[in-house]
Amino acid sequence: MAAKNPFENLDKAFENRVRLQIMSVLVANERYDFNSLKELLSITDGNLASHLKALEKDEYIVVNKTFVGRKPNTNYAATEKGKKAFKQHIDALDQFLKLQRGK
Amino acid sequence: MEEKQIHDDLASIRSLMERSSKFISLSGLSGVLAGVYALIGVCIIYFKLSGANTAYSVIPGWHTIIYYLPSSTIWIAIGVLIASVVTCVVLSTYKAKRKGQQVWGPASKALLFNISVPLLAGGLFIIILLGRGIFEFVIPSSLIFYGLALVSASNYTFGVVKYLGILQIALGLIAALLPGYGLLLWALGFGVLHIVYGSIMYFKYGG
Repeated sequence: MAAKNPFENLDKAFENRVRLQIMSVLVANERYDFNSLKELLSITDGNLASHLKALEKDEYIVVNKTFVGRKPNTNYAATEKGKKAFKQHIDALDQFLKLQRGK
Repeated sequence: MEEKQIHDDLASIRSLMERSSKFISLSGLSGVLAGVYALIGVCIIYFKLSGANTAYSVIPGWHTIIYYLPSSTIWIAIGVLIASVVTCVVLSTYKAKRKGQQVWGPASKALLFNISVPLLAGGLFIIILLGRGIFEFVIPSSLIFYGLALVSASNYTFGVVKYLGILQIALGLIAALLPGYGLLLWALGFGVLHIVYGSIMYFKYGG
């Protein structure tokens, strides 16, 4: 039986490393706020915002805006769809490594 | 895609998941110091109790039955608690800065919340015990509630904290069974266990 091509399961949305990193934080945590995410990944506001927007468009994450006192606080959380896509992508990467080793 | 790149990606994901959900700057050294403060505190209380004051009866050795808890004992315990918390906050902040990690983030907030709930409940419970004069359960309660706080907080920091918590709960239960050995079990729980687990964290995770 021919081994299934693991690349079929790789997700285009996660080709970018920052998006994969954002997703891994949101899968490990119930929710995460913008500033903590920025500090953790050490990237700029604009860069983070554009990647978050892309993930939001794919419906992999949801945004929740609240106010702490008068300061706006933006929280992000992974959706079920996002969690599933992330798991599938990681599994595909694992699969690929296994195939490489088998050679 | 390069094999090495995939390895790097997976490693970075694993480390991010770990770093984002756990406060890994908890200082092991502060655990050791907290243990030392506790032992000093217990020694002071022990020698005060051995002062053969008529207010409480003391059987020689560790078997100290406390019929009446002098308020100085409570103040020494509160002093040890405050000194330990301050040391922990200062050294953990320093460790986080040194390692370039976030001090006040979602992980440390979750840690603080999960440790506070059992600890505040225990604190209030002990105040009620003191108010009603049920002194023999003060030491067991302090160990049990502290152990519960550690177990509940352990998901947000190093895993060894969970075992420290379970051992504290066990000591608390033993203290409840053997009321005469409360002070010894206090020294074991807050003193010796802190020093042992603080050292493990110090050498395993650096600082």
